Amino acid sequence: MSVTAFLTDSTLCIGCKACEVACKEWNQLPSDGFDWKGFSYDNTGQLGHSTWRHVKFVEGGVIPGQGGNSPENFSWGFSSDVCKHCENAGCLEACPTGAIVRTEFGGVYIQPDVCNGCAYCVVTCPFGVVERNRADGRAFKCTFCYDRQKEGLQPACATACPTESIKFGEIGELRQSANQRLAKLQDDGFTDVHLYDPQESSVGGIHAFFIVRGDPKTYNLPPQPEVPTTYLRKGWISAGIAAGLMLAGTLFAFGKGSLR
Amino acid sequence: MLRIESKQIESKQTESGQKVTAGASGQTGYYGMPVLKRPQWTVEVPLYFFVGGLSGAASLIAAVGRMSSADAQLIRHARWMAAIGGIISPALLIADLGVPSRFLNMLHVFKIQSPMSVGSWTLVAFSNSAAATAVLGEFEKRRPNSAVSVLTDASQIVSALTGLVLSTYTGVLIGATAIPARNEHVSTLPIHFAAALETAMGASIELKSSPGTKALRSSVSGWAMRAAGLLSGPLPLALRLLSLRKSNTRERGLRRAAAISSVAGSLLTRWAWVHAGKVSADDNSVPLRLRSSIE
Ligand code: SF4
Ligand code: SF4
Repeated sequence: MSVTAFLTDSTLCIGCKACEVACKEWNQLPSDGFDWKGFSYDNTGQLGHSTWRHVKFVEGGVIPGQGGNSPENFSWGFSSDVCKHCENAGCLEACPTGAIVRTEFGGVYIQPDVCNGCAYCVVTCPFGVVERNRADGRAFKCTFCYDRQKEGLQPACATACPTESIKFGEIGELRQSANQRLAKLQDDGFTDVHLYDPQESSVGGIHAFFIVRGDPKTYNLPPQPEVPTTYLRKGWISAGIAAGLMLAGTLFAFGKGSLR
Repeated sequence: MLRIESKQIESKQTESGQKVTAGASGQTGYYGMPVLKRPQWTVEVPLYFFVGGLSGAASLIAAVGRMSSADAQLIRHARWMAAIGGIISPALLIADLGVPSRFLNMLHVFKIQSPMSVGSWTLVAFSNSAAATAVLGEFEKRRPNSAVSVLTDASQIVSALTGLVLSTYTGVLIGATAIPARNEHVSTLPIHFAAALETAMGASIELKSSPGTKALRSSVSGWAMRAAGLLSGPLPLALRLLSLRKSNTRERGLRRAAAISSVAGSLLTRWAWVHAGKVSADDNSVPLRLRSSIE
């Protein structure tokens, strides 16, 4: 089975949220409620236990030629966010039950019948993706449509996307076409395009990369994500010292006591 | 490029209390929305850190006390503290999970790279050995018998060693996460936890001190205690120093207040770290490197 990936090309995204809806329908996710966030047209805010695709709406200034036909219109940037299916996944490493596994397609999948709701994955994901559903108790995130991929289908979001902003395919080919697309956009004069694919970080690359215009930080994409296992060495050394100190302290206390 | 733009950066609160900035850019991130998720642990978890840590330390006291043939009553108290803590700790963890039987899922695998997995197995080993030690100790007291003594000592050693891990791993557990306030301090967190504990464990023994625990009182609450007291906060230290100059009855009162203060200090330390994680997770500026780099 080949390793698959998502390429989300936000230069093609029209903010229709078809991916969000298709994901919710296919995976039978509960509603997020009906709240106004008070900014932009984004009423979901962020990925969560019931939101596995999330379209970010970046309201820009009035840039003639970018906001549609009328010069008074604002320019908009949209980008559909998703679990990054990290190469070194913080959630997978930290999960104590083995509920989080790497599938044969290279995706990171939480087995709902094994998850026990300890919520440790929530604090070990460097992208803030996984969340515990308080009512159910367990943690949920994008499954990379593991069930559909097993049947040879594309993920629901990629299937529903009307502009092919969400592309799905074999990871090597997709990286190649991402680079081609980047070069094409730059040729066409869009000099501010970026490919977000942090292969240099300890996360070691992701299976869901993004083409965005402007600084990727605008879309809350962290420039240097770190998988928390990198902190383990320091932590255990410190724990060893702490245990040594406790032992020494106790021995000292009794040593002094028995001298009296 | 002509850019007619007046994007003001203001702050607002969303319904869930998160601060958002009006505007998305390379300087503010996405409307100031958090990059990370807040820790979702309930209050049972810091409470478990505290109870687990304390009972681990109590088991250590019992083991060292036994080695240096300290007062039998002190050893017995420490063993029972460890055993009871070993029952309360998993109960607290299970309460956080919601569905009790789900705790067993922790015991399907052992993952060395997951502090949560290491901790669960340690807790199981500790709870069983601490309970065994306490029960065997009672047998031994009633019917002294060398076979029982050997068993008691063996389980005592297991519970003291696992107790040491139990008292310190929680610092790694919360340190090795994506939350900046914690991973920046990962190399001091376990020591900080243990230091707060050192005062608290001495203090708890002090609280239920009978005349028989004099050896410990004069030692643990001696200079080692005072030094550790400094780490847990100046209040217990001040009270202890005061108690040195007071009459006997006043001394007991002050020592007691100091003891309560250190226990509270240790509990607060843990709670504070868990809480700090929530505040830190909301702040997008560290993961996005907004302060250091302005592009
Ligand atoms: S983005 Fe987070 S949830 Fe997704 S694989 Fe990476 S660590 Fe796990
Ligand atoms: S909440 Fe579930 S998936 Fe997440 S770390 Fe715990 S057991 Fe694993």
